[in-house]
Amino acid sequence: MVIFMLLEIENLSVEVAGKQVLKGVDLSIDNGETHVLLGPNGAGKSTLFLTVLGFPQYKVIDGSIKFKGEDITQLSTADRVNKGIGVSFQNPPAIRGVSVENLLKLESHQEVNQPLNSRMKELAKKLKFSDEFLQRDVNFGFSGGEVKRSEILQLLAQMPDFTMFDEPDSGVDIENVELLASEIGALLDKELKHDLRKRSGLLITHLGYILNFINADKAHVLMNGKIICSGNPGEIIEDIQKNGFNGCVECAQYPS
Amino acid sequence: MVLMDVLSVRNILHDAEKAKDKKAPMGVDVTIENFTDEDLNALDVLDDFEDLSKKTKDDLLKVGVDTEENERAGSFLQVDQSNVFTNNSISNNIEIMNIGIALDKYSWLKDYMWQVVKPDADKYTAKTALREEDDGIKSGYFIRSLPNTKEVFPVQACMFISDEDVMQTAHNIIIAEENSELHLITGCATGEDISSAMHVGVSEMYLKPGSKITFTMVHNWAEQVEVRPRTGIKLGDNSTYLNNYILTSPVNSLQSYPTAYCDGVNSRAVFQSIQAGKKDSIIDVGSRVLLNGAGSAGEVISRAVSQDESKIYSRGHLAGTVPDVKGHLECHGLVLSDNSMIYAVPELEASSTNLEMSHEAAVGKIDEEEINYLTSRGISEEEAASMIVRGFLSIDITGLPEELTNTTQKMIDMSVEGM
Ligand SMILES: Nc1ncnc2c1ncn2[C@@H]1O[C@H](COP(=O)(O)OP(=O)(O)OP(=O)(O)O)[C@@H](O)[C@H]1O
Ligand SMILES: [Mg+2]
Repeated sequence: MVIFMLLEIENLSVEVAGKQVLKGVDLSIDNGETHVLLGPNGAGKSTLFLTVLGFPQYKVIDGSIKFKGEDITQLSTADRVNKGIGVSFQNPPAIRGVSVENLLKLESHQEVNQPLNSRMKELAKKLKFSDEFLQRDVNFGFSGGEVKRSEILQLLAQMPDFTMFDEPDSGVDIENVELLASEIGALLDKELKHDLRKRSGLLITHLGYILNFINADKAHVLMNGKIICSGNPGEIIEDIQKNGFNGCVECAQYPS
Repeated sequence: MVLMDVLSVRNILHDAEKAKDKKAPMGVDVTIENFTDEDLNALDVLDDFEDLSKKTKDDLLKVGVDTEENERAGSFLQVDQSNVFTNNSISNNIEIMNIGIALDKYSWLKDYMWQVVKPDADKYTAKTALREEDDGIKSGYFIRSLPNTKEVFPVQACMFISDEDVMQTAHNIIIAEENSELHLITGCATGEDISSAMHVGVSEMYLKPGSKITFTMVHNWAEQVEVRPRTGIKLGDNSTYLNNYILTSPVNSLQSYPTAYCDGVNSRAVFQSIQAGKKDSIIDVGSRVLLNGAGSAGEVISRAVSQDESKIYSRGHLAGTVPDVKGHLECHGLVLSDNSMIYAVPELEASSTNLEMSHEAAVGKIDEEEINYLTSRGISEEEAASMIVRGFLSIDITGLPEELTNTTQKMIDMSVEGM
């Protein structure tokens, strides 16, 4: 029997560049669950992701992050990732001289001097990447949509137990949102029955359109560095669409 | 000797004599007298290229010189001041021989001596000229591709220093005749345990109309070696010159500023260089293209990384003197240690209207965001940094025949691997 959540964030306060961005965030995600993180621009959503990932600029001034029951607050990013955490970035940097293919090999633990294995080749094709594209430098000169698809492809190489998706749908056309959603589904064990699912995820989206293709179990609204309400994704999104994020503030003040 | 020849030799001598103590405008000043002049051909000629020690063969391979001569069109090896090996018999398209032999064979060759590099440029060229004319030290190679030939395999030439305190001089002449293609791999290295030595290599290259030369040079010197290559390239109409230069080993000091004279209509010169500064190395490398021919084009691309206490001066100079020429300069540097330094000096000079010249220079440290990105894929911070450095140094090798592209890419990868 599992006695701990896959991810448990407790009272997390984080400072970036001398400014406190997160102010006591609590969030738990169980095995097999998909959560959605909503909130206005600048609320601290990406900050939360990058803190879970352990980027050095994000200083934890209070609270803790537990993954698979272990406190990972002090671990390096690479160590956390090797324990099963993955992320798709909102705006990843370009890496000159490192090809997509070589990065995929490293992520899927293949020898760099061997040809890319067939699983990855098929996935690349599924995500509409040609062989030539795979030779390109990572993110260098990629279109917005190509960046998003390449991020998902890299996660498919890693197959993390817990994946954070930072706006995987922003700037992506309708057809490609469906394609991405189906691969995100693969990363979240969506093909399995709910109680058989192991992999979990947390997804940031502004438009919510992608949620038409990915069922989420729970939604959270982050505002000014705090989670101000959590609940049924459909209801919360509907409420935000009707009343904006201010509606959430009210619901936080008068919890039902 | 006819009168004209006597006069020209006298001129060279006269100029060289005057410049004997002339410091070079750039780079650390080297006291030439600290090094010993070697006699011409003091070392025995090799019967077989493979007769070298395993260690030397490995050293040569590191700089792209393959003693098995696989996929090579010919070979030349100079050790100290001796031409110990020449293979001129692989290709009918190309001639390779010691410069002294070539001067005896071809009376016209003297007209190519000291034309694009001047004997009085500085004390190093002067030294080479004086040794040549006074002491009869005719060292260096003569390589020529015959008209209308296209040899896809490269000629390999190697300058090797095998003894302590040696002053090695060489004067190389490379000629690509009309509509010919010539590929060269030149490697320079020092033997084991050489703690101090000096190399001065004067290279003059001539591209006749419609010809192409690719020149790929890998340097692997030792920590206490002083290196002063002096290179000039003259381009005829519709000719193309591609230069790749790779230095990733420590050296005491190295200074060079090869200059391409794009005199021909639609001629084109491209310099790509990769420099990694290690230990106390002081590296001062530039490339200069003078765009004198209508429609000519020049490109200078350099990537430098500095480690330890090294200093790298990365220079580039493009000068357009006629309308309708194009030039682009790119100096990128990564500073990897607090005690090292990169000084990028890109220069553009336009003395005509309607020309298109641009430059890009950026010097900085490794972008933390890039490291973070790679660590977020499970790669350790150290490995991420070295991937970024290797990626930064990997420049695209274009314009070489396919076989040679792979070889060259491998040479670069090998040099950059340990970074
Ligand atoms: N590395 C950083 N340096 C300086 N400020 C930062 C940094 N990262 C985040 N911030 C600041 O922290 C706040 C939260 O930013 P964050 O990127 O987490 O917001 P977000 O909720 O993801 O917004 P968006 O919806 O626009 O992506 C912002 O004010 C932002 O400017
Ligand atoms: Mg964000």
